[in-house]
Formats: sequence, C-alpha cells, structure tokens
Amino acid sequence: MGRYSLWLLKVFSKPEKTRMYYNEVLRQIEEIGFGSLKIVFIISVFIGAVTAIQLSYQFGGTLIPSYYIGYTLREMIIVDLAPTITSLVLAGKIGSSIAAEIGGMRQKEIIDAMEIMGLNTPAFLVLPKIVGAVFSVPLLIILAAGLSIFSGFVTATALAGFTPADFVKGLTSFYDSYTVWVMIIKAFVFSFIIVTVSAYHGYFVKRGSIELGKAGTDAIVYSSILILVADYVIAQVMMG
Amino acid sequence: MIKAINIHKSFDGTEVLKGITFDFRKSKTNLIIGRSGAGKTVLLKTLVGLITPDEGEVWYDDIDFYKLSLKETRKLRKKVGMLFQGNALFDSMTIEENVRFPLDMFTDMSFEEKQEQVNNCLDRVELEGVNDKYPAEISGGMQKRVGIARAIVMNPEYLFCDEPNSGLDPKTALIIDELIQSITKENNMTTIINTHDMNSVMEIGENILLLDNGEVAWTGSREEIMHTDNKYIENFIFASPFLKKLKNQALGSYK
Repeated sequence: MGRYSLWLLKVFSKPEKTRMYYNEVLRQIEEIGFGSLKIVFIISVFIGAVTAIQLSYQFGGTLIPSYYIGYTLREMIIVDLAPTITSLVLAGKIGSSIAAEIGGMRQKEIIDAMEIMGLNTPAFLVLPKIVGAVFSVPLLIILAAGLSIFSGFVTATALAGFTPADFVKGLTSFYDSYTVWVMIIKAFVFSFIIVTVSAYHGYFVKRGSIELGKAGTDAIVYSSILILVADYVIAQVMMG
Repeated sequence: MIKAINIHKSFDGTEVLKGITFDFRKSKTNLIIGRSGAGKTVLLKTLVGLITPDEGEVWYDDIDFYKLSLKETRKLRKKVGMLFQGNALFDSMTIEENVRFPLDMFTDMSFEEKQEQVNNCLDRVELEGVNDKYPAEISGGMQKRVGIARAIVMNPEYLFCDEPNSGLDPKTALIIDELIQSITKENNMTTIINTHDMNSVMEIGENILLLDNGEVAWTGSREEIMHTDNKYIENFIFASPFLKKLKNQALGSYK
C-alpha cells in the first residue's frame, strides 16, 4: 500500500511535455473507450434481459403493481448493475491489457530506457491512461445503463407479459437524479481503480513470462476486489 | 570521466559487488568485462542509477550522482545515452519516431530541426531507407544501430552500452564496436561498455575493468592484456587452448 501511494505521487507529478501526453490521452480514449464498445454492448443486453426476467418472476403472483418492474429495473441498473458489472468486465479487458503492456515494457527494458532519458515513467505511462479511462469509462457506463434498460424493456414486454405502457410508467416514476450521480461517481472511482491497480502490477513486474502472467492475473483480481470494496463504501457514504 | 568509488551491492544477502573502485576515462572506450554472473550488468546499472548501491559513490566529473535530487538526476540524465542489450526500442513507433522520441520529449526544436538531427544520427550509424519501418521489420544488427542512433540523438556526454554485441554475428559485432568507438572519439564522450565479447576487448578496449565474483580482478588496456600474467586474464580471455596458442605465437613474434 505504501509503495502504491508513493508511486501514485509520481504518477501525478508535473508532465514533461504536455503535448506528448495529450497525444497519448487521445490514443487511450480510442483504445479504452472505442475498444470496449463491443463488449459493453453485449453485457448490457444481457444485464437488462436477465434483470427483467428475474423481476418478472419475483413480481409474479404478488400484489405489487406491474408498472413497478420499470421502476425497480431502472434503479437496480443505474445504481449498481451498470457501473459494477461493466467495471468488473472492463477490469478483465482493460486491466489485463494495461498490466501486460506496461509489464512487457518493464521486461524489455523500455521503462529503463525512458528512465535513462530522464523521463518520469510512472507519469508518462500511467497518467494518460488514467485520464483516458476517467473520460471513457463513465461514458461507457452511461451507455451500458441505457442499453440495459432498453434491453430490459424489450424482454419484459416481448417475453414476460408486461405492457409497454406499464413499463414506461414505472420507468418514469419516482425518478431522482441523485441515483445517476451515484452511478457517475462510481464510474469515476472504478475507472481510477482499474487503471492504477493494473498499471501498478505491470510497472513492478519481475523478470520472466510467468511473472508477466501473474501480473495480469493480479491486476484483474485486485482491481475486482477493490471495485467491490469501493462499491460498498460509496453505497454506505451516499445512500446509507 | 565517471568514477566509481567503493561500490557495494547485495541482493537477498548475496554480495554481488564487493567494493568496486575504478575510473572510467573521458573520450575512451571503457570496458567492463567478466564471466556471466561476475556483476557487470549490476555495476553498469549502478553507474547509471537504475540500481542503487548499498554503499559507495558514483561521480560524473564533479557531480556526486547519488547526492542529486530526483529533479537534478533527471537533468543529468539528459546528458546520458544508453544502448540496451535488447535494444529497448518502442515496438509501436517507427524507427524515425524511436530516434526522435528524446527530442520530442525534452527539446523545443522545430519539427524540421528534429528531423534533420534524426537523419544525421541515422546517417551516422549508416542506416538509410528505414525511417518508416517498425523495429520488428529490421534485422538485429540494424536494431542495434537504431539503439545507438537514439542513444546519441541528444548529443550525450556519457554513453553506456550493455552487451552491444549480444546476438550479432562477428562481422556485424565488429562494425558496431567500431561505430561506438568512433562516435566516442568524435563526440568526446565517456563511453562504458559491458561485454564478454573477446573481439571487442581486443579491438576497442582502451581502459578495461575485469570483474571476477564482484571484485576488481584486473585493470589495464588491450595492449597490456597480451603481456600480463594475471591468472584471471589467463582464465578468462585466454580460456580456450586456441586463444592461448595465438597469444603465445603473438608474443613469440614480439621477441
């Protein structure tokens, strides 16, 4: 934890040449943001569909008004499912890629070469990734929430016997924009965790392909655990 | 000049460097030689600050390297070039972008000025028509030359080369050695090469440090190697009967 904190201080120290960082940020936005669109689309469709089917099962035979399905599905997706599940999947996709990229650079002495040139390597290698992720991941999560709700709507109305009018009524009932802010804050925190934890494991990788594989695995495992811990902390602080 | 004074370094209780003291001279090709595991790479990385010694001092002319702040260290490093054993080229950049990278990061030169400097360096290492290729598209020898071009693009005062000939055929290795030596003279640099290539020792070894088990076993020049009866030199440089025979023949012709 101490080494991680000291390393983060270096990551956030003043960049040498802002223009070089700007180009790298654009590359990261393309890689993290556009590169993750397909997987976010796929998981969002299933998050919405599964939630709709399970809610319809729970509501079946009860006195709960049927329009509540739209309301409950919206709250579940916005507050928790979209940010948390999307981030856990992104931790696997982006996290392993970041750990492998930076770890490979360490093993091939490219980081040493940058150090010899006088470059602040934690900042140069990690800061653009953080900026790119903090910009892209919240947008991906907002997209995931929208797609999941749409997928839930299609599933609930086409397969689970709810009427579109009921679903839309629920969807627009008891709306509080605070929950959207909770989702966005989660998105920022989770994206920061994914990038820094993965980059940290890559940056301090030891020699050998086994170590590189271990760094990738550790990146995913620790990011995922920290995402769940942060999820709890945010829920407790903002909604407890 | 770079001075190493009483350098000690241990890893997990094993002492790898046991009080190394040596002067690496300006405008000379200084060689660190020794068997595998003798501590050559650790010493080289200690000199350049990639490994911090447990004890001892490293002086770059009149600057005590390990007394510098992080900011001062980064400033000094702009005067340092290094060629890595595996070349450490950026896979995702073209040859031209690789060589231009330090200029992009640390200078305010215009694009045209940077381009001219890059082309001068690529010409100097005799590489033409590869500007737009990627490292994976050129040979190992060419990658070494790109590594040298990148190491000298900022006109460094100190050049470090870690096993510059590893993985190269003898002819290409010789060309790389001559290139490093001539660049050292032209630019009046302090060059330190870590090698166990005997051709390099005999061709360009002007100031040699032989390490054995983390200690200084012998120091001298390539000319002195032929005339010394130091047992470490005998066991290392003239380890093979063929080389022993050559040495005896050479000494015989001197007499």
